[in-house]
Amino acid sequence: MTMPTTASPAHALTDVTASDSTLRRFLHGLPGVDAVGLEARAASLGTRSIKTTAKAYAIDLAISMVDLTTLEGADTPGKVRALGAKAVHPDPTDRTTPATAAVCVYPDMVAAAKEAVAGSTVKVASVATAFPAGRAALSVKLADVRDAVAAGADEIDMVIDRGAFLAGDYLKVYDEIVAVKEACGTSSRLKVIFETGELSTYDNIRRASWLGMLAGADFIKTSTGKVAVNATPANTLLMLEAVRDFRAATGVQIGVKPAGGIRTTKDAIKFLVLVNETVGEDWLDNHWFRFGASSLLNDLLMQRQKLATGRYSGPDYVTVD
Amino acid sequence: MASAFEYAPAPESRSVVDIAPSYGLFIDGEFTEAADGKVFKTVSPSTEEVLSEIAQAGEADVDRAVRAARKAFEKWSALPGSERAKYLFRIARIIQERSRELAVLETLDNGKPIKETRDADLPLVAAHFFYYAGWADKLDHAGFGANPRPLGVAGQVIPWNFPLLMLAWKIAPALATGNTVVLKPAETTPLSALFFADICRQAGLPKGVVNILPGYGDTGAALVAHPDVNKVAFTGSTAVGKQIARTVAGTSKKLTLELGGKGANIVFDDAPIDQAVEGIVNGIFFNQGQVCCAGSRLLVQESIQDELMDSLKRRLSTLRLGDPLDKNTDIGAINSEEQLARITSLVEQGEAEGAERWSPACELPSSGYWFAPTLFTNVTQAHTIARDEIFGPVLSVLTFRTPDEAVAKANNSQYGLSAGIWTEKGSRILAVANKLRAGVIWSNTFNKFDPTSPFGGYKESGFGREGGRHGLEAYLDV
Repeated sequence: MTMPTTASPAHALTDVTASDSTLRRFLHGLPGVDAVGLEARAASLGTRSIKTTAKAYAIDLAISMVDLTTLEGADTPGKVRALGAKAVHPDPTDRTTPATAAVCVYPDMVAAAKEAVAGSTVKVASVATAFPAGRAALSVKLADVRDAVAAGADEIDMVIDRGAFLAGDYLKVYDEIVAVKEACGTSSRLKVIFETGELSTYDNIRRASWLGMLAGADFIKTSTGKVAVNATPANTLLMLEAVRDFRAATGVQIGVKPAGGIRTTKDAIKFLVLVNETVGEDWLDNHWFRFGASSLLNDLLMQRQKLATGRYSGPDYVTVD
Repeated sequence: MASAFEYAPAPESRSVVDIAPSYGLFIDGEFTEAADGKVFKTVSPSTEEVLSEIAQAGEADVDRAVRAARKAFEKWSALPGSERAKYLFRIARIIQERSRELAVLETLDNGKPIKETRDADLPLVAAHFFYYAGWADKLDHAGFGANPRPLGVAGQVIPWNFPLLMLAWKIAPALATGNTVVLKPAETTPLSALFFADICRQAGLPKGVVNILPGYGDTGAALVAHPDVNKVAFTGSTAVGKQIARTVAGTSKKLTLELGGKGANIVFDDAPIDQAVEGIVNGIFFNQGQVCCAGSRLLVQESIQDELMDSLKRRLSTLRLGDPLDKNTDIGAINSEEQLARITSLVEQGEAEGAERWSPACELPSSGYWFAPTLFTNVTQAHTIARDEIFGPVLSVLTFRTPDEAVAKANNSQYGLSAGIWTEKGSRILAVANKLRAGVIWSNTFNKFDPTSPFGGYKESGFGREGGRHGLEAYLDV
């Protein structure tokens, strides 16, 4: 499937980024978020009962949406090759299993990852911009991005400067995203990571979502997976509402990626229900929705085997990586 | 892969509940036939299937039940509060143990989704018994003076919208305070009350403390008029409430009435929009809108009307209507053919008076009583659908420009049971809430219930309070 990457921010909203104060006024003028209500809604969608054909569909869909991730200091080309092979054929015993959406690696592993998934539909995503803290000069972050893009990364996962965001320096965050988007060129899609656990309030998460979308993000992503609170049903629901509203305002569709902490099939299905009932089938596709996860895939595979055979085989019947 | 995410049916099993082909009246701890042998059928609103045949209590049965309750009152009221508490705690625990069975039963008999009986009704039913069990030995400290006394025999008449929950609201405080009870469940939903009779036996509750008399309005009228009833508690329509008030007038009977409503749900332009949409949906489509405190009048600040209506319509399009036993169903069946006819006629009147009707694309099952979620825009205070209680999944949308206008419109109703305020500004919540004439006011939420929180109305929504410490007062001589 070829779809264009997101164009420049829609004309209707370009004025709001004219200055620090117009941007602040706009972001603070967004509707507030009532935390109790938001969490209650997310929890109520979590009680949907997904069984039989719906479950089989959801499992395959979830597998196809996984960004299979290894982000360790100890990563080696061998480890990345193994991960790539698994992304292409997640279950060697059943070739009908869909491939994952992407493998996600550090910039220096992009070349190895590209080689590992060559000839498949699997994309290579790379966490550039001084991941995960983002505490580096913009020039360093941009160099990081350019390296990954030059090595062939299809997607760049950038972290925002949470310090600047929390200090209210929205225009600085905006400018950084714009600069990174430019460094991505036309070949790489940009995922903007907010680290929602550090932004702390739902109001902040909504503002960050709009800020990212205005600056040209192709995807908005909850977190790095490196802090205590990562993706939750509530913050993902909130971001889905944001992309829904953004499309209604500008006509531009943005993807969403919850990342970190989604480990079980049951959890993944809850997120798919959130997508289904908040933004609908337009987003039920790995071009628009991803799971940032490393251990989720094996649980999905085990559940898939159980649906197919009626038996639960256990962890030795799926590959370790 | 299929092209869309279609949820497969996920029905709760009917086998967890065993419904007998017929049930008697529950008098003095025994199931018994009606004196005149009359019976009626109870049907499942979602399928029109006959569930069981129920004995219909007549005047002689009412008399028998009141005498049983009077006799039981001597011993029950003399028990130390801590002893009565033990029975109530036991009942509460049995309700929890049997909650799955009771949830399925209630869904079958009432038509509401299993999601609601399982997640809202049953937990609250148990919570009410636990809560009032806790009060039973502390009545001296409830703020009504030392040693407040029970009233005697309570005649209670409850509606069909929350059959078991309304039973709990009535029976738990009555027993905790030392009264005995004769309760008439609604004719369309008698089953859970009869199962409750079985729970009373299971808990070893002394005979005659709780008596259950299924029947129609005339049974209720006979109970209310019985000279040996000391306290009447009624939840239901305002019309019936007025009749009861006339019957009771001039007697020494104490009376509480919890009647109709036309709740205003006020959304200001600085509201948390996404959560307000959920609250509006919960306010009017919970239990198919068959809720006396439903937020059936939406008052939207004019500046956000279009945006809010778009969001609301989009949200309504995701509501799932159908088999109430399916765990994924949001909207179940209307309780009876009669109620469906009433909703239909009021909605037609709304259209005839010029309001604009909208419903999401929604396929209704071929059997049973169904009504699609419905919105009316261009509604004014002068429209019937803005004044009369519809008691169905029908929302009337009005607009306002200033907080004063919102308050004026909200209060301009013969009812005063509930209201909702949606704004991110705390001072506005307090300022507006102070001016609203309604018994319950929710802010940034709707239809939240808790046993510790009193509930009841102003004006034609009735008088007296149920729940909380206030709920004790209605059953005590204070």
